[in-house]
Amino acid sequence: MVLLIGILYSLPNLYPAKPSIQATYANSALAADQNLYDRIENILDSAEIDDFNIALIDNNIAVNFNSLDDQLKGKSLLERAFLDEVIIALNLQPSTPEWLKNIGGSPLRLGLDLSGGVHFLLEVDIENAVANRLESALNEFRKKFREDRVRYVKSVNTGSAIIFNFDSNDDYGNAINIINKDNLAPSGIIYDLALDPINNEIGISFSREAIKDIRDYAVGQNLMTLRNRVNELGVSEPIVQRQGSDRIVVQLPGVQDTTAAKKIIGKTANLEFRMEATPTTSRLRKETFEFKASEFTTAELERTVVVSGDSVTNASTGFDENGFPQVNITLDMQGGRSLQKATTGNIGRRLGVLFVEQKTRSEIVKNDSGEEIIEQTQYVEKKIISLATVQAVLGTSFRITGVGNTQEASELALLLRAGALAAPMKFVEERTVGPSLGKENIQLGVRSIIIGLVAVVLFMLFYYRWFGFAANLALISNLILITGFMSLIGATLTLPGIAGIVLTVGMAVDANVLIFSRIREELGTGTSPQEAIKEGFSKAFTTIFDANITTLIAAIVLYAIGTGPVKGFAITLSIGILTSMFTAILGTRAVVNLMYGQRNLKELKV
Amino acid sequence: MNFKIPFMKYRKIAAIASLILFAVSILSIAFRGLSLGLDFSGGTLVELTFKETIPLESLRVDLSANNYEDFQVVNFGSDTDVLIKIADVEGNSSIGDEVFDLVQSNYPETELKRIEFVGPQIGSELRDQGGFGMLVALGMILLYVAFRFQYKFAVGAVVALAHDVVIILGLFSIFTWDFDLTVLAALLAVIGYSLNDTIVVSDRIRENFRSQRGINPDEVVDLSINQMLSRTLITSLTTLLVLFALFILGGELIKGFSLALIIGVLIGTYSSIYVVANMLLMFGINQEDMAIPDPDEGPLDDMP
Repeated sequence: MVLLIGILYSLPNLYPAKPSIQATYANSALAADQNLYDRIENILDSAEIDDFNIALIDNNIAVNFNSLDDQLKGKSLLERAFLDEVIIALNLQPSTPEWLKNIGGSPLRLGLDLSGGVHFLLEVDIENAVANRLESALNEFRKKFREDRVRYVKSVNTGSAIIFNFDSNDDYGNAINIINKDNLAPSGIIYDLALDPINNEIGISFSREAIKDIRDYAVGQNLMTLRNRVNELGVSEPIVQRQGSDRIVVQLPGVQDTTAAKKIIGKTANLEFRMEATPTTSRLRKETFEFKASEFTTAELERTVVVSGDSVTNASTGFDENGFPQVNITLDMQGGRSLQKATTGNIGRRLGVLFVEQKTRSEIVKNDSGEEIIEQTQYVEKKIISLATVQAVLGTSFRITGVGNTQEASELALLLRAGALAAPMKFVEERTVGPSLGKENIQLGVRSIIIGLVAVVLFMLFYYRWFGFAANLALISNLILITGFMSLIGATLTLPGIAGIVLTVGMAVDANVLIFSRIREELGTGTSPQEAIKEGFSKAFTTIFDANITTLIAAIVLYAIGTGPVKGFAITLSIGILTSMFTAILGTRAVVNLMYGQRNLKELKV
Repeated sequence: MNFKIPFMKYRKIAAIASLILFAVSILSIAFRGLSLGLDFSGGTLVELTFKETIPLESLRVDLSANNYEDFQVVNFGSDTDVLIKIADVEGNSSIGDEVFDLVQSNYPETELKRIEFVGPQIGSELRDQGGFGMLVALGMILLYVAFRFQYKFAVGAVVALAHDVVIILGLFSIFTWDFDLTVLAALLAVIGYSLNDTIVVSDRIRENFRSQRGINPDEVVDLSINQMLSRTLITSLTTLLVLFALFILGGELIKGFSLALIIGVLIGTYSSIYVVANMLLMFGINQEDMAIPDPDEGPLDDMP
């Protein structure tokens, strides 16, 4: 029964993946629709492509082809027809039949070392994010102290704490009261205070909870930004995930051009804050931009960038005194300083925010030999998302009012956040696997499994004859169970994972060898064949159990400490141990019973 | 097959051999260190396939001319496959792309097989995690064996495992084979495998102490090892069969992995015969240690 389920779930791996194309609108705000579906269908219908299968799934359109040639032909046709409107990505779509999909069947996912592609590990600089937040807090407290007439003589930001010095005891006491008034967030206190009443000094640092909040926000924000950028790349099935407390994993199967991928993923800023040009600004120092909301309205901005997106640490929506929506923006200390300088003496002028995107323009051109080819050029598109009048000198935190209704306000906040990284990131690990190496690895892996399996099967047959046959059946069903189980839980197969399977093949017969040598011994003491079989199985059980549990412990530790490929090894090893115990004990027993169960044996050869 | 080999007669010799191997390994690890692979050392690695065999020296000259220091250029698997390793302390992640561009400008038909970059902090983290994981695994196994058998067995088993692991590490150090994450994985698998053997032998020793009365501990151990010998050999043999398949056919990327496992299986087989038994006899194991506290032997033993 279990074997049947195993076979069932390993079945999807037998269906070859079909070449397919994934089409999405380049504008990520648009979801693929019936209109796109019809247009693609028309284009492909008019071409000489035998058979294709088109479906609207989630936000994109998937087209399956029968051959790689058709897939490439389809791709170039569609690219020509849509140019930059639609992103066309090549893909391999599993051809799992509907009924298998319905019961949750899907083929094994291949790790990057088998499929080819890029793996990046980025680290978010939390210290930087904390230092920036401290700077905002410093400015906030300075403002509050001034408002409440609390006089401080010195205030500094050391990067991990801010320190205020006071002249009088009264000011010192009042300052503590002011700080404590604001010192509560849903997750607990925000600031840890280091009080020094003798010198009238207050040290303020973030509490552990507050740092955790900052970290979660920064990582979450960067994660979102990265997802947007990865979508720009048009990769099918990308992985963008948080790993540990402050790292983000990005995996792009099939992408070969790491430099391009890194440029898009690693770009820091795609927001620019610039002052609006005045009529007297010389033409050399200003530029004209379109608004993102409408192409026909334009405005002139100065060429000087006051603040760029990597200074924006937060953008959220809120309501002003009159109950109208507003967008709150927080900058880091550097950004705050630049903005303060730029707005001083410029109250009443307007501040524009530009949204910057990397885009590709495709054109059909004739090459030297007269063939029509698609030529792609990279360019940068900048559009205005906000132009608002400066009403006061601005610093690290300010707001934009008059942003329309609530929805428009949250869209603007979203754009601001999408164009910013909450904290800088750096690449700490990168692995690129070329497609040829991936294919080679699969071939080598499969070949070693087959050769290893054949060697073991032959040996068992030679040494144990009929019992060996039973053990071999168990071994093969074990392989089927491993594949089925891994497909079922959606585990990823890696090269070390294949090694784990090979190792399992070698070790799985151990349980059977133990049982068989037990049976031999029982026979040696003069026990009847049927009795010997029974005793052999039951006496060997404890040994097998203990031996396997300890290996399982090692595998679990391996899973806990390992990353990527090594985790793959740990998974196949653990699954292999569990399934091999099952097949070696129950499976072999069933086969042995079938072979010998009904007969009254006089002699038994083991 | 029935063996009657007086293993315990040679136990002193085996103990001395083990101690020497162990000491040499420790010394080599201490003084020569391990040749850490990219995963642990950090740095950049580029694997390229050239159209035809090219002199490695010219690549080295090209790299030196472009201000790269501390790099290695070696063939990897075949004459046309070249592996370039660049040590890097700065954590600059774009070196791999730069090197590929540089090589491609001189040899346009070069194909990129892989680029790996591991930042320095990741390298040291993986080192710490690896060592820590090894200790955790050994500790948990010690507890489990102590719980299921008896502390003398547990100490014996863990000493045997440490013996295996140290000797494999020693060999990797002596022959300056690359020690990377996959080799670490292999080491943990060796722990599992060797333990498997150890437990099977210990299990039999325990059983024989209970059933065979009136013979001395040396004989009980010898009898148990002989009874289990054909099983030990067969399992090692089948495992070695697949490991050699993997070593020969599995490609360059898992050569180190299969090598570590092959050595591990050989040493593990030896240690389950000699190291554990030696330890048990040294501790003066006897019939009382095997006393059955409860006639039912606990719940686990009763499972079918």
